[in-house]
Amino acid sequence: MQLTVNGKSYDVNVPSDMPILWVIRDKLGLMGTKFGCGAAQCGACTVHLDGQGIRSCVAPVSRAEGKEIVTIEGLNDTLSKPLMAAWTEIDVPQCGYCQTGQIMAAAVLLRDNNNPTDQDIDNAMSGNICRCATYQRIRKAIHLAAELKKSSS
Amino acid sequence: MSNAQLIDRRKFIRSTALAAGGLIIAFNVPAGIRTRGVVKEPVLFAPNAFLRIGSDNSVKIILSHCEMGQGIWTSLSMLIAEELDADWKSLQVEHAPADIAYYHTVYATQRTGGSSSLNSEFDRYRKAGATARYLLVQAAANRWKVAPDDCQTANGYVVSGDKKISYGELVTDAMALPAPADIPLKDPKDWKIIGGKIKRLDTQEKIKGTAVFGMDIHFPDLLTVMVARVPVNGATVTGYDEAAALAVPGVRQVVKIPTGVAVLADDFWSAKKGRQALKVQWDLGAAANISSDSLFTEMKARADKGGIVATEEGNVAELFKQSVTKVEVEYFQPFLAQSPMEPLNCTVKLSADKCEIWTGTQTQTDDQHAASEITGLPISQVFIHTCFLGGSFGRRNITRSDFVREAVEVAKASGKLVKTVWTREDDIQGGRYRPAFLHRFKVGLDANGMPVSWDQISVGQSVMTGGPFEKIAVVNGVDTFSIEGMQAVPFIKALKNKKIAVNTPDWPIMIDNWRAVGMSHTIFAMESLIDEMAYAAKKDPVAYRRLLYKDDARLLKVLDLAAEKSSWGTPLPKDHGRGIAAFKACGSYVALVAEVSVPKNGMVKVHKVTCVVDCGTAIQPDGVVAQMEGSVGYGLSAALYSEITFKNGQVQQKNFYNYPILRMNEMPEVNTYIVPGNEPPGGIGEASVGQMMPALTNAMFAVTGKRIRNLPIYKMKMGNA
Ligand code: FES
Ligand code: FES
Repeated sequence: MQLTVNGKSYDVNVPSDMPILWVIRDKLGLMGTKFGCGAAQCGACTVHLDGQGIRSCVAPVSRAEGKEIVTIEGLNDTLSKPLMAAWTEIDVPQCGYCQTGQIMAAAVLLRDNNNPTDQDIDNAMSGNICRCATYQRIRKAIHLAAELKKSSS
Repeated sequence: MSNAQLIDRRKFIRSTALAAGGLIIAFNVPAGIRTRGVVKEPVLFAPNAFLRIGSDNSVKIILSHCEMGQGIWTSLSMLIAEELDADWKSLQVEHAPADIAYYHTVYATQRTGGSSSLNSEFDRYRKAGATARYLLVQAAANRWKVAPDDCQTANGYVVSGDKKISYGELVTDAMALPAPADIPLKDPKDWKIIGGKIKRLDTQEKIKGTAVFGMDIHFPDLLTVMVARVPVNGATVTGYDEAAALAVPGVRQVVKIPTGVAVLADDFWSAKKGRQALKVQWDLGAAANISSDSLFTEMKARADKGGIVATEEGNVAELFKQSVTKVEVEYFQPFLAQSPMEPLNCTVKLSADKCEIWTGTQTQTDDQHAASEITGLPISQVFIHTCFLGGSFGRRNITRSDFVREAVEVAKASGKLVKTVWTREDDIQGGRYRPAFLHRFKVGLDANGMPVSWDQISVGQSVMTGGPFEKIAVVNGVDTFSIEGMQAVPFIKALKNKKIAVNTPDWPIMIDNWRAVGMSHTIFAMESLIDEMAYAAKKDPVAYRRLLYKDDARLLKVLDLAAEKSSWGTPLPKDHGRGIAAFKACGSYVALVAEVSVPKNGMVKVHKVTCVVDCGTAIQPDGVVAQMEGSVGYGLSAALYSEITFKNGQVQQKNFYNYPILRMNEMPEVNTYIVPGNEPPGGIGEASVGQMMPALTNAMFAVTGKRIRNLPIYKMKMGNA
């Protein structure tokens, strides 16, 4: 099967029901996308499929055929730069395990919404669990990233 | 370990590290991951086990404790960097290998837990930095033929007059110098790093996705393993049919191990499908009779019966009879799972002469011993590579190293390089739980509403029995962690008529550490009860606590500041209320005020939490704030939803859909205030989890007049699961 991940094309030989998460991690060795629940409950595995945030732990790889997968390793600079800068400034992570999923979810929000309100953040981010409960900082970092993104464009 | 042994050990480390680079090589991250920690060929100055300074000016800190989110990667490094006057930007940090040199100063094994890292390492890590600085200064002074006192240090340089030299250029000279016997530490007023605005050192790799968690360990020939684990504690495998599992593409092998049957496969997905296809017959054993309802009934019966007395003084019965107001209440709290974000996993590479283990663990020495016991290899041939822990909350601090043991068993039985991976269901169902607890009280109050008699029985399994701290923690049959923190409360100590007893069932339910351990349940009981006493005494909950806590200056201070910062007593909108809880935990004093609203027939919403903490010296203040915020979230999760229940011996919860975790939309605004202090650092990772639960329910009472004595507040419907 032909897959496009972070702009690179890969030929993978996997069963079509294998979730995208395990193709990315076990076959392509991209370890930034995490496994938290395997049941679309926590968002640790969030990647972008043709620009949409998806739960890669339940999305079979067959869904990605002919489409573009983007993982944390390939997030474009327009979104990655303000997000990374904001996450750094606010010092968001604790254990860090959920954070790449949080950032990938926040990236979709930020791309579509230049001025996310607290309510927008609740709506966009409540699918992503942080067991360390860094939510308050994630919220702050998203507001800051929105500012940074505006001022750089 | 005696100091003499420690010093010997350091000398040994120094010479072996220099001779062979042996300790450094042990850090190599397997190929295919990344190359953090691979040192090329600089000369390395290793003044002690915790520090390597390279001729390339690199400064590497080797942490005896593990990073699981609590922030010691940064705060412990700050202790060394402060005294070393290191260039903060040049610091690299690594987890230590398993070695006696890295034993906990108190626990005497390599272990991270009990919120003890900063407190126990406060002097040792500063001395590690100071010793190195001393030798580097001496080396520069010798070179320049000046007195060491005429040299200053800053940002990785020694300076004297117009002369300036980097630490890296001095390492060869410094290595030849004898270490000082003892070394003075900086006056806290000269600190530049400790207490400063320092950012975490692990943020970059964690946001870019390059941080290596145990789950991320990968080798070309590694097989992923999923274990069909006993469905009921104590069950045994009576037979299994592996044919269907082996027929799944990618499945390589099926082996029986003590905890079940393991399926080895090329990847996670194949292993999971293989395990689904596997047919295992179990003898479920005696624990299959256990159900939560009957446990609850039994706990009440045990409370009626009484237990082993931990403290008894005066004439409780008589004083209770004479008391003006009687408060008779009991509080129930359920079994809980830690559910760290990263499910358990463990990679094991076993050969004829050595065993290498990669995992996120809090207990390196225990793991090493477990692997040695299983493989028959000497302890010196078991190597532990500690990875970042994707959370733990006690799950990776387990008596007998359950998940490491299991992975070593698989490696031994299969002869393969293996990584066991637990699913979320495995994590929730194969847990080592916070025990359920029932705390029952009969408290008599005098005419002023103050307690004159205190009768308490606490029923729940013992966490410490059978564990490494049994000898210290279990006193005359009383696990002090079952009533953790309660006896130490000054007004209880001062009470003339009191009886505190425990009744400890010996159920076949696996229990262990859960964030804050005993104080994850004792604070709820205590601070709910005190709230009830305040209302019974017709006093404001803060004013009443001021009277009760009058002999505890630090607790009083956080209480007062929390009241002030939360505008305690000022009017609130309709359906809103405030609740307070204050307690000393892990050497720190924390008061929380929750502001909530409870609409009619609706669910509670927590709007704001005011948190005041006195943790003595706050090494990294923003890290303290982060732990307070996180603990508020962790405590709220537990109070609102968390509950592990048993039916026919089996855990009924499976995943986050029926073991819910607090989410973004439920997280309150948390405002944290640190009381400045210069006492030695107290713990922060667990110090405020317990207070959150009663702060919440006390606030709900203020709105509704209904007292919540059983947690969780909202129960999941389990259906017929
Ligand atoms: S791992 Fe995919 S949603 Fe949790
Ligand atoms: S930072 Fe630990 S789970 Fe989010």
